Amino acid sequence: MNQALEALPANYVLVVKKDCPTCTLIEPVIRALAGNTALSLKVYVQDDPSFPANLDGVIDDSSLEYSYQCDIEVVPTLIRLTDGFDAQSEESRIYGWDKEQWQSFTKIEGLGAELVNFKPGCGSKTQDPGMSEVLALRFGKQILQARAVELAEAEDIMEACYERGWSDGLPVVPPTPLRVMRMLNGSARDAAEIVGKAPPDNVPCTIEKIAINAVMAGCKPEYFPVVIASVEAALQDRFCMHGLLCTTYFSSPVMIVNGPITKQIGMNSGVNALGQGNRANATIGRALQLIIRNVGGGVPGGIDRANMGNPGKYTYCFAEDEVDENWQSLSMDRGFGRKDSVISLFAGDGLQPVLDQQSRTPHSLAKSMAMSLRSVAHTKLFGIADAILVVCPEHRRVFREGGWNKEDLRTALYEELMTPGAEIIRGANDIAEGIPAKFKDKMINKFRDDGLHIVTTGGTAGMFSAIIGGWVASGERGSQLTSQKI
Amino acid sequence: MQSTTTLLDPTAELQSAARQLLPRLQSIAGATVGLLDISKPRGKEFLDEVQKHLEEAGAKVKRYSKPTFTRVAPTELTQQISVECDAVIEGLAD
Repeated sequence: MNQALEALPANYVLVVKKDCPTCTLIEPVIRALAGNTALSLKVYVQDDPSFPANLDGVIDDSSLEYSYQCDIEVVPTLIRLTDGFDAQSEESRIYGWDKEQWQSFTKIEGLGAELVNFKPGCGSKTQDPGMSEVLALRFGKQILQARAVELAEAEDIMEACYERGWSDGLPVVPPTPLRVMRMLNGSARDAAEIVGKAPPDNVPCTIEKIAINAVMAGCKPEYFPVVIASVEAALQDRFCMHGLLCTTYFSSPVMIVNGPITKQIGMNSGVNALGQGNRANATIGRALQLIIRNVGGGVPGGIDRANMGNPGKYTYCFAEDEVDENWQSLSMDRGFGRKDSVISLFAGDGLQPVLDQQSRTPHSLAKSMAMSLRSVAHTKLFGIADAILVVCPEHRRVFREGGWNKEDLRTALYEELMTPGAEIIRGANDIAEGIPAKFKDKMINKFRDDGLHIVTTGGTAGMFSAIIGGWVASGERGSQLTSQKI
Repeated sequence: MQSTTTLLDPTAELQSAARQLLPRLQSIAGATVGLLDISKPRGKEFLDEVQKHLEEAGAKVKRYSKPTFTRVAPTELTQQISVECDAVIEGLAD
């Protein structure tokens, strides 16, 4: 019985491409194998079915279906099978040309005796750049679950995205299945995983829906982990995305990215860091806004009731400048390490400059900044709006040269911002706006505890720091700065 | 190969994938309705009758006409109608 089994011809599959010099080198070997009655051979060719010349029965695999299903990485690849040509019955495989290996693998002495002993193979066409997602879409397991929207032939693809209400007003990159597959490959997360429920419609938000909107925002796949983390932060209860979206106030998510990933994906923390021109900054911030709009259903004039909004509602994302190792970063303030990549979301508004070109001592500069910080929301309103003080590199240098660290600055700002209630109650200074009269005899700080955050970014020239004012529902009753590890 | 005209829906798919119509008027009473004559013969007589019915229903009617039925309405005309009217009825044939 065993002898009879051994007597059956072995089955082999060979995958080649004409464009590979090793495959053309072994052409005589392929013919010898095909003519050998002791074995049964099927030849799949990836590029030109007329190769090898004068050989009948070559199978055209220019669609690459077989190569993809068999996970071919190198040509030539020779596979030995145990059950007919059922690919599941693969016993083992060899690739490239190694004379001794081929002879023992096929049990044919003298096979290819006239050839060089060794020549490595070439990459399979399935490994061509960008090919893996194309093939996964054609032949792989169905990963994409989102509804397919078929456009009419006459529809302009860019206009179609506008007409369906998917845009924030600027053009979006049309979310084709191929682009979405590539975006999904930017992360190891399962496309079907639900990250949380997106407000305001409170609908499950999958990794796939995040990917679709990241494509539309213009993200590269390598940005995708940052986008996912931004959504995870936004959907945490402490960030209060629903309320932030509904408010008549200006605020919207402001995103600050820390850690090694900022360099890896080329984010801007230098010249014009809060301005235009850097793809990562621009598109990561925009992706979150599109997700809230499209998945959550948060549309201006609908649930988004902002009376003016602010330009940062298109996108508001930047990286912190972390070149000074003696200056604590924002993510370190939040308990992370310098080697951690972290995104922090803050419910904030536009940018208010703090120009100070005269202060050369930390004391003067801190007082100067504190005075400007009083303007957040209103100079007579205290404890309702958080803020981010964005310290420029030149101002950071003034503190460092004066022997101050970030904690010293924080302490000085706190002390400077303590204010007698009588000065800021309603009616004081002939201004009706202000804090309630019951605080008249108390000392009040401009910011609640943990309500003033400090971050560094910007170019090395210009003594211009800035304030990002926060939502007037800051704190536990509204939104708190929320950090998420990437 | 996937067709380049297939896109994946970025929304929560709570609504039809087809393009949404603008909200319809709940009532024409008090609304300003434009009547666009596409300049085919007898259009005026037909639209006069439509105007009479609309006015009986409490609508205010404004009349417009295209320079020629052979071309789409000029942009200036569509802009004018969109600013001046809550709804528009366009005569499509004779």
